[in-house]
Amino acid sequence: MTLAERVAAFLEAHDPASTDRLEFLRARYDAGLAWVHYPEGHGGLGLEQALQAEVDRLFAEAGAPTNQPEKNGIGLGMAAPTILAFGTDEQKKRFLRPLWTGEEIWCQLFSEPGAGSDLANVSTRAVLDGDEWVVNGQKVWTSGAHNARFAILVARTDPDQPKHFGLTYFLADMTDPGVDVRPLRQITGEAEFNEVFLSDVRVPDAQRLGAVGEGWKVANATLNNERVSIGKSAERETGMIGVVARTWREHPERRTPELHDRLLRLWVDAEVARLTGTRLRQKLAQGQPGPEGSAMKLGFARIAQQLSGLELELLGEDGLRYSDWTLVRPDHVDFTGRDAGYRYLRAKGNSIEGGTSEILRNIVAERVLGLPGEPRVDKDVPWKEIPR
Amino acid sequence: MSDLDLLYTEVEDDLRASLRDLLAARCDSSAVTAMYDGDRSVVDPLWKELAANLGLAGLLVPEDQGGQGASAREAAVVLEELGRTVAPVPFLTSAVIATTALLGSDAPLLAELAAGERTAALALPWSTAPDGPLTAVAVEGGRLTGTVTSVAGAVEADVLLVLADGFLYAVAAADAKVTPVVSLDMSRQLADVRVDGAVGTLVVEDGEPAVRRALDAGAAMLASEQLGVARWCLETTVEYLKIRRQFGRVVGGFQALKHRLADLYTGVESSAAAARYAAATLAENDPDATIAAAVAQAYASDLAVLAAEEAVQLHGGIGMTWEHPAHLYLKRAKSDQIALGTAGAHRARLAGLVDLPA
Repeated sequence: MTLAERVAAFLEAHDPASTDRLEFLRARYDAGLAWVHYPEGHGGLGLEQALQAEVDRLFAEAGAPTNQPEKNGIGLGMAAPTILAFGTDEQKKRFLRPLWTGEEIWCQLFSEPGAGSDLANVSTRAVLDGDEWVVNGQKVWTSGAHNARFAILVARTDPDQPKHFGLTYFLADMTDPGVDVRPLRQITGEAEFNEVFLSDVRVPDAQRLGAVGEGWKVANATLNNERVSIGKSAERETGMIGVVARTWREHPERRTPELHDRLLRLWVDAEVARLTGTRLRQKLAQGQPGPEGSAMKLGFARIAQQLSGLELELLGEDGLRYSDWTLVRPDHVDFTGRDAGYRYLRAKGNSIEGGTSEILRNIVAERVLGLPGEPRVDKDVPWKEIPR
Repeated sequence: MSDLDLLYTEVEDDLRASLRDLLAARCDSSAVTAMYDGDRSVVDPLWKELAANLGLAGLLVPEDQGGQGASAREAAVVLEELGRTVAPVPFLTSAVIATTALLGSDAPLLAELAAGERTAALALPWSTAPDGPLTAVAVEGGRLTGTVTSVAGAVEADVLLVLADGFLYAVAAADAKVTPVVSLDMSRQLADVRVDGAVGTLVVEDGEPAVRRALDAGAAMLASEQLGVARWCLETTVEYLKIRRQFGRVVGGFQALKHRLADLYTGVESSAAAARYAAATLAENDPDATIAAAVAQAYASDLAVLAAEEAVQLHGGIGMTWEHPAHLYLKRAKSDQIALGTAGAHRARLAGLVDLPA
C-alpha cells in the first residue's frame, strides 16, 4: 500500500466531517500518519521525513482537523525529537501521542537568570528523594509556560562535578503545586515569555530523560533542533521580506532611491537565505541536525532586524505610531504579525533567543571550521567552586 | 521551485575529483602569477588538456552536435574548480558564453568548439550585463568594421563572435586586430578587438536574443566560479590561522577573527545555495532561471570579493606579498564582480523582475 493509499484508507475509515476532533487526531497518530519519519507505534512509519509534507497536504485537502502545531512549537520542535532520541519506550508511549495531538502543550525550562549563553551554568537543583527528584530554582524566558502541561527541564544533580557533567534532563509536570508561573514583560509590551519559580517540585525518576549526569548531551540535541526549526521558510517572500515587500508595493509615494537600494539588497539576502535553508534541509533530510543550522539562524536574525527597521523608515510618519502597549499573553508568537513597530521590536529578540548571534559565531568557528575554542577557566572546576 | 536539487550528484562529484587532480598537477599558482610578468606558457597545454582530452569544451553541446550533452549543473562544478585555482583557461568565455550564443544554430563552428578544435569569444566588453547595452560593429556587404574594447577570452580565441546589425557573425581572429591590454586580472586577460573590413560568416540571424541568452547563462555560471574563489579564500585562511602563532597563541583562537570567519563561512554557504540554484534552474530551463541568475550575481560576486579581501587581511603581511597566491584571488574576484554586470546592476534588474519598482 502506498502512503497516499494509506491516507485515503484512513480518511475512508475516519470521516473528518463527522469524527470528533481529538478522536480523529489520536487515530491518525495510531495509524502512523502523524509524523511518518517516527517509528511505528510512535505516530510514524519509519519513512523519510520528506514524505510528511505530502501526507499533510492530503489531510488538509480532505478538510481534516490539524493538531494546531503553532500552539505547541516547543513540544513538536524540541521535546518530541529529544524524547524520541533519548526516551525509554514507556516515556515515548506516555508522552509522544498527547504531545502530537496537542492535548498536552510543552514548554522549556532551560535558561536561568545566571545561565543564559552559559547554559551549562544552571543552578536549579534536583535532589533525589526515594524515587522522586525534588527540584528548586528559577527559570526564565519560558514561552507558553502558562499554557503548558509538561516541561523539558535541565537541573543540576551533582554540584561537585564540573558544570557540564553534573546536569540531568527531566520531563516535569507543570501542574505540580510547587510551580509558579509569572509573566515576563518584553520591550514589545506583551509577555509571551514567563519566569518560572520551582519550589520543592517533585519529578518521578521515571521522568528522567537520559542518564543522571548526561543532561548536557541531551540538552544539546534539543538546542540543535531549535536552531534548525527557527531558520526555516520555503516559498519566496515568506516571512519578514514578504511583509516589507507588500508595504513597498502599497506605498509608491513613500519610496526613495536610498530605501530602494536597501530593500533590494535585503530582498536578495532573504532569497539567498531561503535557498540556503532549502539546501540545508536537503543535506539534513536523512541525518541529524548539525551545527550548520547555526549559520542559518545568524542570517535569519540579521535579515529580519534590518528589514523590520527598514519598514518603519518606509512608513515615515506612520512609523512613529505603535498599535498597543497593553500587557497581553499571546498563545503563540508571530514574528511577522501585528504592526511594523511590534515587528521591529520583536525582531531584536531574534539574535538573542535560541543562542545569541555571538555564541552562534563561536559554534560555527569551532565546530564547523575547527578553530580553537574560547578559554574556559570554569571547565574542569567543580561547579560549586565557580565564582558567581 | 524549491524542489530542485541544490546539492551535488555523484556524477558531479566524480567530475570535480578528476578535474581537481588535473588542476593540482597542471595549474600551479606560481605559473598563474608568472602571467602578470608576461609568461603565459601555462595556458595552451592546460586548455588543450581540459578542452579536448577531458571533453569540457563540448560539455553544453548536445551529443548529436558533437558535444557531451551535459548540463549547466556540470558546467557549474567545472567553474567552481577553475575558480578555486584561478585557472587561466577560456572555459567560461568559449565553452559557456560563446557556445550558448551558438546553441540552436546549425553553424559547423559549434561542433568545432565542442571538439576543442577551435576556441571562440563573444566580442563584447566583459563588463556587459545581460540586460545592458550591446556593443556592435558596422557591416557592409558582409564586411565588418569597428572596435570592441575589453573583451575576455579574445586572447585565447581563434574565432570571434561579433554583433552587427542584429546579426551575429563569426570572424577569424587572424582577420581581426586583437590587442591584449594590461588587465587587473591577468589570469583572464582582456583584449581590444578591431575589425577593419574583415569578412564575417553569419552564424545566428536573431543575434541579440542569442547574445542576451548567452550573457544570462554566463552570469549564472560565473556565480559558481565566484563560489570556487570564495571557498579557496575561506579554506586557505582558516588553515593558515590554525598554524599562525602570535602572542604565544594560534591566532585563529582570537574571537575577533573567529567571528569574521564564521560570518564568511555563512556567506560562502549562502553563495553555494544561490549558485546551485542558478545552475539547477538553467539546466532545467526553468522559468525562474533569469531571476536565479540575477540573485546569484547580486550575491556571489560581492561575497567573493569579501572573501578575497578577508583572505588578504587575515593573512597579515604575507597576504600582501607577490609570493603568496591570495592576490591572484583578489584580482580575479574584483574583476569577476564587474564582469557581466555588477551586483548593483543585477539588483536593479531584479527590481523589474520581482515587482519592486523604484
